[in-house]
Amino acid sequence: MNKKNNLINVFYLLVPGFILLISFTHIPAVKTLMNSFYSTAKGRRASKFVGLENYETLWQDATFWKVFSNNIIYALGVIPTSILLSLAMALWVNSKIIGRPFLRFSYFLPTVLPLIAVGNIWLFFYAPGFGLIDQIVTSLGFPSLNILGSQESSLFGVMAVGIWKEAGFYMIFYLAGLQAIPPDLKEAAMIEGANKWYIFWRITFPLLTPTTLFVSVNAVINSFRQIDHIVVMTQGGPDYASTLLLYYIYESAFVFWDTAYATTLSVVLILLLCLIAIGQFFVLDKKVHYQ
Amino acid sequence: MKTIANFLSERLNVIGAWLLALLWVMPLLYAIWAATHPIEYEANFDIFAPLTTYNFTNAWSQAPFARYLLNTVMMTTMIVISQFILCTFVAFAFARFEFPFKNILFAMVLLQLLIMPDILIVENYKTIRFLGLMDTILAIGLPYMASGFGIFLLRQTFKSIPKELDDAARIDGAGVLRIIWNVYVPLSMPTFVAYGLVSISFHWNNFLWPLIITNSVETRPLTVGLSIFSMSEAGVEWATISAGTLMTTAPLFIAFLIFQRQFIASFMTAGIK
Repeated sequence: MNKKNNLINVFYLLVPGFILLISFTHIPAVKTLMNSFYSTAKGRRASKFVGLENYETLWQDATFWKVFSNNIIYALGVIPTSILLSLAMALWVNSKIIGRPFLRFSYFLPTVLPLIAVGNIWLFFYAPGFGLIDQIVTSLGFPSLNILGSQESSLFGVMAVGIWKEAGFYMIFYLAGLQAIPPDLKEAAMIEGANKWYIFWRITFPLLTPTTLFVSVNAVINSFRQIDHIVVMTQGGPDYASTLLLYYIYESAFVFWDTAYATTLSVVLILLLCLIAIGQFFVLDKKVHYQ
Repeated sequence: MKTIANFLSERLNVIGAWLLALLWVMPLLYAIWAATHPIEYEANFDIFAPLTTYNFTNAWSQAPFARYLLNTVMMTTMIVISQFILCTFVAFAFARFEFPFKNILFAMVLLQLLIMPDILIVENYKTIRFLGLMDTILAIGLPYMASGFGIFLLRQTFKSIPKELDDAARIDGAGVLRIIWNVYVPLSMPTFVAYGLVSISFHWNNFLWPLIITNSVETRPLTVGLSIFSMSEAGVEWATISAGTLMTTAPLFIAFLIFQRQFIASFMTAGIK
């Protein structure tokens, strides 16, 4: 086997995969950026270079800012809650608790169900009047609630579904992390007389830091990527109260057919994801201890 | 004193864990309830309510679920097989060869973990239209076939296989494809199973991209079919929607019930690497 031969092999191995990878990830990413400087073609009017006009529109678009802050609220609400719940789930499932198979099954269940389908069921829970939540609320003597129909609460309504969907998925990673911790560390601490909380905070949690890093990167990406439940539950409403960035992109491109504006919004989303990824990498990298 | 505190905290743990688990299965339990009882009982939980299969037959007759199921199966099979082949090739090159620009090319693969095809829907839509592939099952799969996640996962696995094994095969005169097929694929079976299960559940449940790219009964996967069915103007009843929802999730759900351990183990393997 000589060097030249090897390079030919590498070429054949890489080409099919890279053609697809580049055509559906790298070229579209670059084209998204380029097209954000052009106007949308309408009828016979071809698209033309407009410089930063789309970005000016975006800057002045009150809906964009509404959607942007919605997404930040969504991320801040869903990420920490689902991570904390997933950690609790993993600790429970990893301990000798009664009914462990049932617990593991229930927590993991949302991961295998399509978000679009469970959105339908959650829709019923939230339905005013005869929905499960409203039935409980009114039977306790409180006034009827229209969670998804009101501006103040519809975002929280879809956030709950996001948390429900994600937590069991992250549990798996914590479970794997917990099982990788050598049991003698815990035993040594117990002999020293450390209590459960001390062991958790001083041994288990620090050793799970790589898992937490991995899970939080995933959680951030998911909070900007998952919008299936919004399509079926609220369509972003009422009045954009539950619209997230990707849903707004989808709506601009495929409902209003303003593709130029949709690409501009996509640039914002891509930049946001890159910034967060870089930030997370540097911030959390410093805090990872493997002592 | 200490034992009482321990006892209490243990009890609280059990109660908390069970409450959360019940909350988590509630939507499924509710869907089963609504789908198997007459419409009058959809919000009226009476243990003695009569059972019915009407909602299932009704949903089945109102939308071409059989066709949607076939589409989903074809789409998922096509994606997973292409991912296996393409990702194995690329992963093998990164795991076992030295070549120019290797790090840059690998960074390009990793970039896809951050900028997923789901986010590039606008430009990918234009590409598919340009290729004349609108409303085809192939178009649903194309953006996902060269998966950065799959390449990364398989590369990690291939790297852990002792190099002496393929040196031995090489001395016997085996080419690259033969080495991959005879040495690396059999030794990486657990990773292939894990990646396959993760990928099947992702694509079976995927919604937004197929929604954009499909337009007819012949191509729509179950998720898109279900959304059109449940959001139709005619106002379909909850019980029927629940039945439809259960039918669309049933194949994957039953597979999950049977292979629960493998599923969870697979997601674990896929996550640790």
